[in-house]
Amino acid sequence: MTSEPVAVVGIGQTRHVAARRDVSMAGMVREAAQRALVDAELTWADIDAVVIGKAPDFFEGVMMPELYLADALGAVGKPMLRVHTAGSVGGSTALVATNLVRSRVHVTVLTLAYEKQSESNAMWGLSLPIPFQQPLLAGAGGFFAPHVRAYMRRSGAPDTVGSLVAYKDRRNALLNPYAHLHEHDITLEKVQASPMLWDPIRYSETCPSSDGAVAMILTDRAGAARSPRRPAWLHGGAMRSEPTLFAGKDAVSPQAGRDCAADVYRQAGIADPRRDIDAVEMYVPFSWYEPMWLENLGFAAEGEGWKLTEAGVTELDGDLPVNMSGGVLSTNPIGASGMIRFAEAALQVRGLAGEHQVDGARRVLGHAYGGGSQFFSMWLVGSEPPTS
Amino acid sequence: MTREIAVVAFAQTDHRRTSEELSEVEMLMPVLHEVLDRTGLKTSDIGFTCSGSSDYLAGRAFSFTLALDGVGAWPPISESHVEMDGAWALYEAWTKLLTGDADTALVYSYGKSSPGSVRDVLTRQLDPYYLAPLWPDSVALAALQAQALIDEGYTDEPALAAVAARSRADAQTNSHAQLRGSVPHGDYVVRPLRTGDCPPIGDGAAAVILAAGERARELCERPAWIRGIDHRIEAHSLGVRELTDSPSTRLAAEKAGAFERPVDTAELHAPFTSQEVVLRKALRLDDGVRVNPSGGALAANPIMAAGLIRIGEAAARIHRGESDRALAHATSGPCLQQNLVAVLEGEPRHDQ
Repeated sequence: MTSEPVAVVGIGQTRHVAARRDVSMAGMVREAAQRALVDAELTWADIDAVVIGKAPDFFEGVMMPELYLADALGAVGKPMLRVHTAGSVGGSTALVATNLVRSRVHVTVLTLAYEKQSESNAMWGLSLPIPFQQPLLAGAGGFFAPHVRAYMRRSGAPDTVGSLVAYKDRRNALLNPYAHLHEHDITLEKVQASPMLWDPIRYSETCPSSDGAVAMILTDRAGAARSPRRPAWLHGGAMRSEPTLFAGKDAVSPQAGRDCAADVYRQAGIADPRRDIDAVEMYVPFSWYEPMWLENLGFAAEGEGWKLTEAGVTELDGDLPVNMSGGVLSTNPIGASGMIRFAEAALQVRGLAGEHQVDGARRVLGHAYGGGSQFFSMWLVGSEPPTS
Repeated sequence: MTREIAVVAFAQTDHRRTSEELSEVEMLMPVLHEVLDRTGLKTSDIGFTCSGSSDYLAGRAFSFTLALDGVGAWPPISESHVEMDGAWALYEAWTKLLTGDADTALVYSYGKSSPGSVRDVLTRQLDPYYLAPLWPDSVALAALQAQALIDEGYTDEPALAAVAARSRADAQTNSHAQLRGSVPHGDYVVRPLRTGDCPPIGDGAAAVILAAGERARELCERPAWIRGIDHRIEAHSLGVRELTDSPSTRLAAEKAGAFERPVDTAELHAPFTSQEVVLRKALRLDDGVRVNPSGGALAANPIMAAGLIRIGEAAARIHRGESDRALAHATSGPCLQQNLVAVLEGEPRHDQ
């Protein structure tokens, strides 16, 4: 039995900003969903099921908010699922939705992810002290900075690589009207002169805290045939998880990330990712994660990822563009960030990415991770339907 | 053609008012071991793992990440999590098996209500702008529903008391139940609901293993085949809902094929006695159907696990040959806002 091919026929997102004081949570998610429906030229009645994802409920102070959002998302009378897999959740949510179509349980599914971080303070929301458990310290940066330092020591990368990533992503964001940060006066010197937050991570090398939502309409082969615009086709998708902390864990290049990528490449028939994949939207909340993930995902040999960044390979006009949208470094509604990666990958192969479009992008990888570098979700989308 | 998928094993904790000496992982781990032991599978044999839990019960963000330590997710596993009752985790796993990506799935869920005031915690589930600021608690909302049922003549207080008595009497043979035997019906908590009409507050965990096709037959003598499973949600605002009915339950049951043939057993996730009245009506269950032989949520209601336990209990009766066709139901949200229905069947027994 082969599973049903899945196509992305609608994509919508909000203009991500620090605080959407003009809309409620319901208003914000509906805005993204409505835009996805407009893109697909479908109506609420065409949607069979809704799959929603977001990061911890504490960020907005609403427990299981999908119950309250059912009306805004047209889900009344329909199945509604709520996914939560930490920072990878946006990607995982999309993959759960793909399985509803792949299994032929439903034909057309709305999937959406959001975070309205202005409702609280995410850094401290992540830092609640729990008895007898290792604290996360001051937010995610405090947790990940030692892993970045370990990468630098292991690879011998020069100190400047992180700032190159940030400078690139923030400039890419200038081409993306939906990105949160639009720093028109950005210079490399300004990135390098920004305050040190969690050594070696500087202020300009960290993600912002955003309010935003992103939505996609997924459908089957027949649905894709009716699509008014070119669809993006799912060629492979996978999730992998490993425990937060254990003896022998490679926090720099986790096995779960390697395994997840290998599964996606196997499904998609990718023999050499560096050659066969045209561009990547990867989850880079702190600049150094670009070279780290380039290695983890098989685009560079171990210890060599930073050389791609330094040589400009990952620039928008480079040989392997990374984070054309400006990435998580420019936009970070946490629960949505993974799905924004997935959606941007789909926009690229649909040729609808606007000013940050990569010419001739046919196969693009979307990547998300979460928790203590332990949850991974990825999809590879193509401009043509899968052959198998 | 569609793959056939079955529940092949079920395990649960002894549900208790408090488990303060145990972390969530410590509470969960014996259940995971037990359910794997029932099939002889190891973590590394499982094709997909999916869980359900709530950060708001745990009192911390990303609480489910530590549960992975109990699973033993090394080497890395294919895994997902829903911030929902484990019944919906089972639904996600069912779709995963349908795609053919995996042949077996481990589904688990857990919840510890004891550290906080669960009545207050559940108010955080409500519309954050118009309802949650008023802190209407879960018993008060259920009482509104109960009063509406009484006002419209669907039930009365003695009938509700009878539901409570029957549930706890049935729970006498369920060693996992928290409230068993003769339990006083007590004083009003919120009129018309008395203590006995309300579920016990407690901590617990449950786990289920799903398997597809021949794999299910290898792992279980009499698999509980999932003939249909569906879930539906209703509007959030109680003001726009007909609280004496459950159209989402009825629609889910239709989609799951529940009305094609009568069931002999129904495990209903009705935390309040009055909600059993609503569900019986929506599901058109007559007196010939054995409802909640486990005692149901009135005997043990570990939040986030109680729905999965309904599926597990229904499946276990099929495994034991005590049922041939059973309906299992799970609910979420205030006054039965979201509902899931599964129809499980055993193959004909040789002694028939």
